[in-house]
Amino acid sequence: MIKVIESSEIRKLFKSGDQILTGGFGLSGAPLTIIDELLETDITDLIVVSNNLGDLGQGLHKLFIQGKIRKAIGSFFSINREAVIAWSKGELEIDLLPQGTLAEAIRCGGAGIGGFYTKTAVGTELAEGKEERVIDGERYIFEKAIKGDVAIIKAAKADRLGNLVYHTTARNFNPMMATAGKIVIAEVDEIVEVGELDPEYIVTPHAYVDYVIQSKYSKVGSEYVESR
Amino acid sequence: MLSQDKRHIIAKRIAEELEDGQIVNLGIGIPTLVSEYLDNKEVFLQTENGLLGMGPPATEENLDIDLINAGKEPVSYLKSASFFSSADSFALIRGGHVDVAVLGILQVDIHGEIANWAVPNQPILGVGGAMDLVTGAKKVIVAATLFAKDGTSKLVKELTYKTSGIRKVDLFVSEYAVIKFTEEGPRVVEILEDISIEELSEKVGFQLEFENAFHIQNFI
Repeated sequence: MIKVIESSEIRKLFKSGDQILTGGFGLSGAPLTIIDELLETDITDLIVVSNNLGDLGQGLHKLFIQGKIRKAIGSFFSINREAVIAWSKGELEIDLLPQGTLAEAIRCGGAGIGGFYTKTAVGTELAEGKEERVIDGERYIFEKAIKGDVAIIKAAKADRLGNLVYHTTARNFNPMMATAGKIVIAEVDEIVEVGELDPEYIVTPHAYVDYVIQSKYSKVGSEYVESR
Repeated sequence: MLSQDKRHIIAKRIAEELEDGQIVNLGIGIPTLVSEYLDNKEVFLQTENGLLGMGPPATEENLDIDLINAGKEPVSYLKSASFFSSADSFALIRGGHVDVAVLGILQVDIHGEIANWAVPNQPILGVGGAMDLVTGAKKVIVAATLFAKDGTSKLVKELTYKTSGIRKVDLFVSEYAVIKFTEEGPRVVEILEDISIEELSEKVGFQLEFENAFHIQNFI
Protein backbone atom coordinates (compact mmCIF):
# COMPACT_ATOMS: atom_id res chain seq x y z
CA MET A 1 0.00 0.00 0.00
CA ILE A 2 1.35 3.41 -0.97
CA LYS A 3 0.97 5.89 1.80
CA VAL A 4 3.58 8.44 0.81
CA ILE A 5 1.89 11.00 -1.42
CA GLU A 6 2.52 14.49 -2.75
CA SER A 7 1.28 17.19 -0.38
CA SER A 8 -1.10 18.65 -2.98
CA GLU A 9 -2.89 15.27 -3.22
CA ILE A 10 -4.24 15.62 0.30
CA ARG A 11 -6.54 18.52 -0.63
CA LYS A 12 -9.23 16.11 -1.80
CA LEU A 13 -9.30 14.36 1.58
CA PHE A 14 -11.10 17.26 3.27
CA LYS A 15 -14.65 18.59 2.96
CA SER A 16 -16.46 21.60 4.34
CA GLY A 17 -17.75 21.13 7.87
CA ASP A 18 -15.10 18.55 8.80
CA GLN A 19 -13.87 18.24 12.35
CA ILE A 20 -10.09 18.33 12.04
CA LEU A 21 -7.78 17.19 14.83
CA THR A 22 -4.62 19.27 14.49
CA GLY A 23 -1.41 18.42 16.34
CA GLY A 24 0.92 20.94 17.90
CA PHE A 25 1.57 23.03 20.96
CA GLY A 26 2.02 26.49 19.53
CA LEU A 27 3.97 25.76 16.37
CA SER A 28 5.99 22.93 17.88
CA GLY A 29 4.68 19.73 16.32
CA ALA A 30 2.14 21.53 14.12
CA PRO A 31 1.59 20.19 10.58
CA LEU A 32 2.42 23.46 8.81
CA THR A 33 2.62 22.03 5.28
CA ILE A 34 -0.77 20.29 5.57
CA ILE A 35 -2.34 23.51 6.84
CA ASP A 36 -0.86 25.38 3.87
CA GLU A 37 -2.51 22.85 1.55
CA LEU A 38 -5.85 23.41 3.27
CA LEU A 39 -5.48 27.11 2.49
CA GLU A 40 -5.41 26.22 -1.21
CA THR A 41 -8.84 24.59 -1.05
CA ASP A 42 -12.25 26.24 -1.01
CA ILE A 43 -13.49 24.19 1.92
CA THR A 44 -14.83 26.13 4.87
CA ASP A 45 -16.91 25.85 8.04
CA LEU A 46 -14.27 23.72 9.77
CA ILE A 47 -14.25 22.64 13.39
CA VAL A 48 -10.67 22.56 14.55
CA VAL A 49 -9.54 20.59 17.58
CA SER A 50 -6.17 21.87 18.72
CA ASN A 51 -4.53 23.11 21.91
CA ASN A 52 -4.46 26.62 20.42
CA LEU A 53 -4.79 28.34 17.05
CA GLY A 54 -1.21 28.44 15.81
CA ASP A 55 0.93 31.48 16.28
CA LEU A 56 1.43 34.87 14.66
CA GLY A 57 0.62 34.26 11.04
CA GLN A 58 1.67 30.61 11.01
CA GLY A 59 -0.10 27.29 11.26
CA LEU A 60 -3.78 27.36 12.21
CA HIS A 61 -3.61 31.11 12.60
CA LYS A 62 -3.48 31.37 8.77
CA LEU A 63 -6.52 29.14 8.45
CA PHE A 64 -8.37 31.24 10.98
CA ILE A 65 -7.48 34.53 9.24
CA GLN A 66 -8.86 33.08 5.99
CA GLY A 67 -12.20 32.54 7.73
CA LYS A 68 -12.19 28.78 7.28
CA ILE A 69 -12.72 27.96 10.95
CA ARG A 70 -16.25 27.99 12.37
CA LYS A 71 -15.43 26.49 15.73
CA ALA A 72 -12.33 25.81 17.78
CA ILE A 73 -12.08 23.19 20.52
CA GLY A 74 -8.97 23.55 22.64
CA SER A 75 -7.39 24.79 25.84
CA PHE A 76 -5.68 28.10 25.16
CA PHE A 77 -6.93 30.77 22.76
CA SER A 78 -6.47 33.92 24.82
CA ILE A 79 -3.09 34.86 23.36
CA ASN A 80 -4.66 35.05 19.91
CA ARG A 81 -6.19 38.55 19.82
CA GLU A 82 -8.08 38.10 16.57
CA ALA A 83 -9.63 34.88 17.83
CA VAL A 84 -10.79 36.69 20.98
CA ILE A 85 -12.32 39.47 18.88
CA ALA A 86 -13.99 37.02 16.49
CA TRP A 87 -15.40 35.11 19.45
CA SER A 88 -16.80 38.27 21.05
CA LYS A 89 -18.50 39.21 17.74
CA GLY A 90 -20.02 35.73 17.52
CA GLU A 91 -17.99 34.85 14.43
CA LEU A 92 -16.08 32.03 16.08
CA GLU A 93 -17.42 29.39 18.43
CA ILE A 94 -15.06 28.22 21.13
CA ASP A 95 -15.21 25.14 23.35
CA LEU A 96 -12.68 25.54 26.12
CA LEU A 97 -11.32 22.42 27.84
CA PRO A 98 -8.53 21.96 30.37
CA GLN A 99 -5.42 20.81 28.51
CA GLY A 100 -5.36 17.40 30.19
CA THR A 101 -9.05 16.86 29.49
CA LEU A 102 -8.49 17.72 25.83
CA ALA A 103 -5.61 15.23 25.57
CA GLU A 104 -7.53 12.46 27.34
CA ALA A 105 -10.72 13.05 25.33
CA ILE A 106 -8.78 12.52 22.10
CA ARG A 107 -7.00 9.49 23.53
CA CYS A 108 -10.40 7.99 24.40
CA GLY A 109 -11.76 8.90 20.98
CA GLY A 110 -9.08 6.79 19.34
CA ALA A 111 -9.30 3.94 21.83
CA GLY A 112 -12.98 3.13 21.52
CA ILE A 113 -13.92 4.74 24.83
CA GLY A 114 -17.03 6.94 24.87
CA GLY A 115 -15.87 9.29 27.60
CA PHE A 116 -14.37 9.46 31.06
CA TYR A 117 -14.76 10.93 34.52
CA THR A 118 -12.17 13.44 35.70
CA LYS A 119 -11.65 15.52 38.84
CA THR A 120 -10.20 18.35 36.78
CA ALA A 121 -12.52 21.39 36.59
CA VAL A 122 -15.03 20.08 39.17
CA GLY A 123 -16.75 23.08 40.74
CA THR A 124 -15.57 25.51 38.05
CA GLU A 125 -17.29 27.30 35.20
CA LEU A 126 -15.92 24.68 32.80
CA ALA A 127 -17.96 21.98 34.59
CA GLU A 128 -21.27 23.73 33.95
CA GLY A 129 -23.80 21.46 32.28
CA LYS A 130 -21.61 18.39 32.70
CA GLU A 131 -22.73 15.28 34.56
CA GLU A 132 -21.19 14.96 38.01
CA ARG A 133 -20.63 11.74 39.88
CA VAL A 134 -19.05 10.80 43.20
CA ILE A 135 -16.57 7.92 42.97
CA ASP A 136 -14.95 6.63 46.18
CA GLY A 137 -15.99 9.82 47.93
CA GLU A 138 -14.53 12.23 45.37
CA ARG A 139 -16.33 14.42 42.85
CA TYR A 140 -15.76 13.83 39.15
CA ILE A 141 -17.29 15.25 35.96
CA PHE A 142 -18.02 13.38 32.75
CA GLU A 143 -16.19 14.40 29.59
CA LYS A 144 -17.06 12.98 26.20
CA ALA A 145 -14.43 11.52 23.90
CA ILE A 146 -13.37 13.56 20.85
CA LYS A 147 -12.86 12.17 17.35
CA GLY A 148 -12.11 13.77 14.03
CA ASP A 149 -13.10 13.37 10.40
CA VAL A 150 -9.46 13.99 9.61
CA ALA A 151 -6.41 14.10 11.89
CA ILE A 152 -3.45 16.13 10.65
CA ILE A 153 -0.28 15.49 12.58
CA LYS A 154 3.45 16.16 12.52
CA ALA A 155 6.22 13.68 13.27
CA ALA A 156 9.99 13.68 12.81
CA LYS A 157 10.32 10.52 10.73
CA ALA A 158 8.06 8.06 9.00
CA ASP A 159 8.89 4.88 7.18
CA ARG A 160 7.02 4.13 3.97
CA LEU A 161 4.35 2.20 5.87
CA GLY A 162 3.65 5.13 8.21
CA ASN A 163 5.40 4.06 11.42
CA LEU A 164 6.21 7.31 13.21
CA VAL A 165 8.79 8.68 15.59
CA TYR A 166 8.67 12.18 17.05
CA HIS A 167 11.18 14.81 18.12
CA THR A 168 11.34 16.17 21.70
CA THR A 169 8.29 18.21 22.77
CA ALA A 170 6.99 18.34 19.19
CA ARG A 171 5.32 15.04 20.12
CA ASN A 172 2.60 16.66 22.30
CA PHE A 173 -0.93 15.91 20.99
CA ASN A 174 0.20 14.12 17.83
CA PRO A 175 0.25 10.47 19.03
CA MET A 176 -3.34 10.66 20.34
CA MET A 177 -4.61 12.50 17.30
CA ALA A 178 -3.05 9.81 15.12
CA THR A 179 -5.48 7.35 16.68
CA ALA A 180 -8.65 9.43 16.59
CA GLY A 181 -9.15 10.55 12.98
CA LYS A 182 -11.16 8.67 10.34
CA ILE A 183 -8.41 9.76 7.94
CA VAL A 184 -4.94 10.37 9.37
CA ILE A 185 -2.34 12.39 7.49
CA ALA A 186 1.18 12.64 8.90
CA GLU A 187 3.60 15.35 7.83
CA VAL A 188 7.21 14.39 8.52
CA ASP A 189 10.69 15.85 8.20
CA GLU A 190 12.16 12.64 6.83
CA ILE A 191 10.82 9.55 5.08
CA VAL A 192 12.89 6.39 5.45
CA GLU A 193 12.66 2.79 4.26
CA VAL A 194 10.83 0.14 6.24
CA GLY A 195 13.28 -1.40 8.71
CA GLU A 196 15.25 1.77 9.30
CA LEU A 197 13.24 2.75 12.36
CA ASP A 198 13.97 0.69 15.46
CA PRO A 199 10.69 -1.08 16.39
CA GLU A 200 11.47 -0.45 20.08
CA TYR A 201 11.28 3.30 19.50
CA ILE A 202 8.29 3.62 17.20
CA VAL A 203 5.67 5.72 19.00
CA THR A 204 2.83 5.54 16.46
CA PRO A 205 2.43 2.18 14.71
CA HIS A 206 1.56 2.39 11.01
CA ALA A 207 -1.92 0.92 11.61
CA TYR A 208 -3.12 4.39 12.55
CA VAL A 209 -1.63 6.30 9.64
CA ASP A 210 -3.28 6.59 6.21
CA TYR A 211 -1.03 9.05 4.38
CA VAL A 212 2.45 10.45 4.79
CA ILE A 213 3.73 13.64 3.23
CA GLN A 214 7.13 15.31 3.26
CA SER A 215 7.16 18.57 5.28
CA LYS A 216 8.16 21.68 3.36
CA TYR A 217 9.26 23.45 6.51
CA SER A 218 12.54 23.41 8.34
CA LYS A 219 13.82 25.05 11.48
CA VAL A 220 15.99 28.09 10.91
CA GLY A 221 17.08 29.68 14.19
CA SER A 222 13.93 30.61 16.06
CA GLU A 223 11.56 30.15 13.11
CA TYR A 224 9.90 27.48 11.03
CA VAL A 225 10.64 28.46 7.44
CA GLU A 226 9.13 27.09 4.24
CA SER A 227 12.19 25.85 2.44
CA ARG A 228 11.31 23.18 -0.08
CA MET B 1 10.87 47.30 46.90
CA LEU B 2 11.05 46.83 43.14
CA SER B 3 8.58 44.34 41.76
CA GLN B 4 11.43 42.32 40.25
CA ASP B 5 13.02 41.97 43.71
CA LYS B 6 9.73 40.82 45.21
CA ARG B 7 9.40 38.16 42.55
CA HIS B 8 12.87 36.83 43.31
CA ILE B 9 12.29 36.81 47.07
CA ILE B 10 9.22 34.67 46.47
CA ALA B 11 10.99 32.33 44.04
CA LYS B 12 13.98 31.89 46.36
CA ARG B 13 11.76 31.04 49.33
CA ILE B 14 9.77 28.50 47.33
CA ALA B 15 12.99 26.82 46.20
CA GLU B 16 13.68 26.10 49.91
CA GLU B 17 10.48 24.02 50.02
CA LEU B 18 11.65 21.66 47.31
CA GLU B 19 13.51 18.46 48.10
CA ASP B 20 15.97 16.20 46.34
CA GLY B 21 14.33 13.70 44.03
CA GLN B 22 11.03 15.51 43.67
CA ILE B 23 9.10 15.81 40.41
CA VAL B 24 8.16 19.48 40.16
CA ASN B 25 6.03 21.46 37.72
CA LEU B 26 6.72 25.20 37.61
CA GLY B 27 4.01 27.42 36.16
CA ILE B 28 4.53 30.55 34.10
CA GLY B 29 5.75 33.80 35.72
CA ILE B 30 7.22 33.83 39.25
CA PRO B 31 7.15 29.99 39.46
CA THR B 32 9.56 29.77 36.51
CA LEU B 33 12.08 31.85 38.50
CA VAL B 34 12.21 29.12 41.17
CA SER B 35 14.54 27.11 38.89
CA GLU B 36 17.21 29.82 39.37
CA TYR B 37 17.43 28.99 43.09
CA LEU B 38 17.62 25.20 43.10
CA ASP B 39 21.40 25.27 43.65
CA ASN B 40 22.55 21.69 44.00
CA LYS B 41 19.19 20.13 44.65
CA GLU B 42 18.34 17.29 42.28
CA VAL B 43 14.82 18.26 41.37
CA PHE B 44 13.23 16.94 38.16
CA LEU B 45 11.24 19.60 36.34
CA GLN B 46 8.22 18.48 34.38
CA THR B 47 6.62 20.60 31.70
CA GLU B 48 3.08 19.65 30.70
CA ASN B 49 3.70 19.74 26.96
CA GLY B 50 5.60 16.49 27.39
CA LEU B 51 8.99 16.58 29.10
CA LEU B 52 10.35 15.37 32.42
CA GLY B 53 13.90 16.53 33.10
CA MET B 54 13.74 20.03 31.69
CA GLY B 55 17.04 21.92 31.71
CA PRO B 56 17.86 25.64 31.60
CA PRO B 57 16.57 27.95 28.84
CA ALA B 58 18.05 27.18 25.43
CA THR B 59 21.16 29.07 24.36
CA GLU B 60 22.04 30.18 20.86
CA GLU B 61 24.17 27.03 20.52
CA ASN B 62 21.56 24.46 21.53
CA LEU B 63 18.42 26.27 20.29
CA ASP B 64 15.81 23.87 18.91
CA ILE B 65 12.37 25.48 18.60
CA ASP B 66 10.59 22.12 18.75
CA LEU B 67 11.87 21.85 22.32
CA ILE B 68 9.84 24.28 24.43
CA ASN B 69 8.29 24.63 27.86
CA ALA B 70 4.61 25.22 28.64
CA GLY B 71 5.22 28.97 28.17
CA LYS B 72 6.44 28.17 24.63
CA GLU B 73 9.99 29.30 25.43
CA PRO B 74 12.87 27.22 24.02
CA VAL B 75 14.52 25.12 26.72
CA SER B 76 17.10 22.36 27.05
CA TYR B 77 16.83 18.93 28.61
CA LEU B 78 18.94 16.95 31.06
CA LYS B 79 20.60 13.56 30.56
CA SER B 80 17.89 11.98 32.69
CA ALA B 81 15.08 13.42 30.57
CA SER B 82 12.16 11.65 28.93
CA PHE B 83 9.67 12.88 26.34
CA PHE B 84 6.03 11.80 26.19
CA SER B 85 2.68 12.76 24.72
CA SER B 86 0.24 15.28 26.21
CA ALA B 87 -2.03 12.42 27.35
CA ASP B 88 0.84 10.77 29.23
CA SER B 89 1.93 14.12 30.61
CA PHE B 90 -1.48 14.81 32.11
CA ALA B 91 -1.77 11.24 33.38
CA LEU B 92 1.38 12.12 35.32
CA ILE B 93 -0.25 15.31 36.60
CA ARG B 94 -3.83 14.16 37.30
CA GLY B 95 -2.71 10.78 38.52
CA GLY B 96 -0.79 12.29 41.44
CA HIS B 97 2.72 11.52 40.17
CA VAL B 98 3.92 15.13 40.30
CA ASP B 99 5.20 15.89 43.81
CA VAL B 100 4.90 19.66 43.72
CA ALA B 101 3.20 22.15 41.42
CA VAL B 102 4.17 25.80 41.82
CA LEU B 103 1.50 28.04 40.36
CA GLY B 104 0.79 31.72 39.94
CA ILE B 105 -2.55 33.05 41.17
CA LEU B 106 -4.93 35.97 40.88
CA GLN B 107 -6.52 35.19 44.26
CA VAL B 108 -6.38 32.61 47.02
CA ASP B 109 -9.09 32.38 49.67
CA ILE B 110 -8.59 31.70 53.37
CA HIS B 111 -9.21 27.99 52.82
CA GLY B 112 -6.63 27.71 50.04
CA GLU B 113 -8.98 27.62 47.06
CA ILE B 114 -7.45 29.53 44.15
CA ALA B 115 -8.42 31.53 41.09
CA ASN B 116 -5.67 31.53 38.47
CA TRP B 117 -7.17 31.28 34.99
CA ALA B 118 -9.89 33.81 34.28
CA VAL B 119 -9.23 37.53 34.41
CA PRO B 120 -12.46 39.33 35.33
CA ASN B 121 -14.32 41.31 32.67
CA GLN B 122 -12.28 39.78 29.89
CA PRO B 123 -13.26 36.99 27.53
CA ILE B 124 -12.25 33.67 29.06
CA LEU B 125 -10.65 31.76 26.27
CA GLY B 126 -7.66 30.14 27.88
CA VAL B 127 -7.18 27.64 30.68
CA GLY B 128 -4.21 25.50 29.60
CA GLY B 129 -3.06 23.06 32.25
CA ALA B 130 -3.96 25.22 35.26
CA MET B 131 -6.95 23.19 36.43
CA ASP B 132 -5.25 19.83 35.92
CA LEU B 133 -2.26 20.93 38.00
CA VAL B 134 -4.40 22.28 40.86
CA THR B 135 -6.37 19.05 40.90
CA GLY B 136 -3.63 16.51 40.54
CA ALA B 137 -0.29 17.53 42.06
CA LYS B 138 0.49 16.00 45.46
CA LYS B 139 1.40 19.40 46.87
CA VAL B 140 0.47 22.79 45.44
CA ILE B 141 2.43 25.92 46.33
CA VAL B 142 1.15 29.22 45.02
CA ALA B 143 3.42 32.14 44.27
CA ALA B 144 2.32 35.75 43.96
CA THR B 145 3.01 39.23 45.20
CA LEU B 146 0.52 39.85 48.00
CA PHE B 147 -1.17 42.82 46.37
CA ALA B 148 -2.58 43.33 42.90
CA LYS B 149 -1.71 46.45 40.88
CA ASP B 150 -4.85 48.16 42.22
CA GLY B 151 -3.65 47.54 45.78
CA THR B 152 -6.17 44.86 46.69
CA SER B 153 -5.03 41.79 48.59
CA LYS B 154 -4.78 38.52 46.66
CA LEU B 155 -5.43 36.67 49.93
CA VAL B 156 -9.20 37.05 50.31
CA LYS B 157 -12.00 35.76 52.53
CA GLU B 158 -13.94 34.67 49.48
CA LEU B 159 -12.88 34.42 45.84
CA THR B 160 -14.37 37.09 43.62
CA TYR B 161 -12.62 35.69 40.54
CA LYS B 162 -13.54 32.36 38.99
CA THR B 163 -12.28 29.32 40.88
CA SER B 164 -9.72 26.95 39.35
CA GLY B 165 -11.13 23.97 41.23
CA ILE B 166 -12.24 22.73 44.62
CA ARG B 167 -8.83 21.39 45.64
CA LYS B 168 -7.19 23.53 48.33
CA VAL B 169 -3.54 24.51 47.93
CA ASP B 170 -0.97 23.87 50.65
CA LEU B 171 1.15 26.99 50.79
CA PHE B 172 1.03 30.61 49.62
CA VAL B 173 4.39 32.38 49.37
CA SER B 174 4.29 36.13 48.85
CA GLU B 175 7.03 38.72 49.37
CA TYR B 176 5.67 39.35 52.89
CA ALA B 177 4.96 35.94 54.30
CA VAL B 178 4.68 32.20 53.93
CA ILE B 179 1.12 31.15 54.68
CA LYS B 180 -0.12 27.62 55.24
CA PHE B 181 -3.76 26.65 54.83
CA THR B 182 -5.21 24.56 57.65
CA GLU B 183 -8.68 23.39 58.73
CA GLU B 184 -8.73 26.36 61.08
CA GLY B 185 -7.84 28.84 58.36
CA PRO B 186 -4.67 30.46 57.03
CA ARG B 187 -1.65 30.37 59.34
CA VAL B 188 1.46 32.50 58.92
CA VAL B 189 4.47 30.18 58.99
CA GLU B 190 7.11 32.81 58.42
CA ILE B 191 7.38 36.53 57.78
CA LEU B 192 9.82 37.54 55.05
CA GLU B 193 9.60 41.33 55.39
CA ASP B 194 10.31 43.74 58.21
CA ILE B 195 6.67 43.93 59.16
CA SER B 196 4.61 42.84 62.18
CA ILE B 197 1.72 40.43 61.86
CA GLU B 198 -0.60 43.25 62.96
CA GLU B 199 0.61 45.48 60.13
CA LEU B 200 0.30 42.59 57.71
CA SER B 201 -3.26 41.86 58.91
CA GLU B 202 -4.17 45.50 58.42
CA LYS B 203 -2.85 45.47 54.86
CA VAL B 204 -4.72 42.27 54.02
CA GLY B 205 -7.91 43.49 55.68
CA PHE B 206 -8.45 40.73 58.23
CA GLN B 207 -6.68 39.25 61.23
CA LEU B 208 -3.91 36.78 60.46
CA GLU B 209 -2.50 34.37 63.00
CA PHE B 210 0.83 32.66 63.39
CA GLU B 211 0.96 28.91 63.06
CA ASN B 212 2.22 28.66 66.65
CA ALA B 213 3.11 31.01 69.44
CA PHE B 214 6.82 30.30 69.21
CA HIS B 215 7.27 31.64 65.74
CA ILE B 216 10.57 32.79 64.36
CA GLN B 217 10.58 35.93 62.31
CA ASN B 218 12.95 35.43 59.45
CA PHE B 219 13.97 38.85 58.19
CA ILE B 220 15.77 39.19 54.92
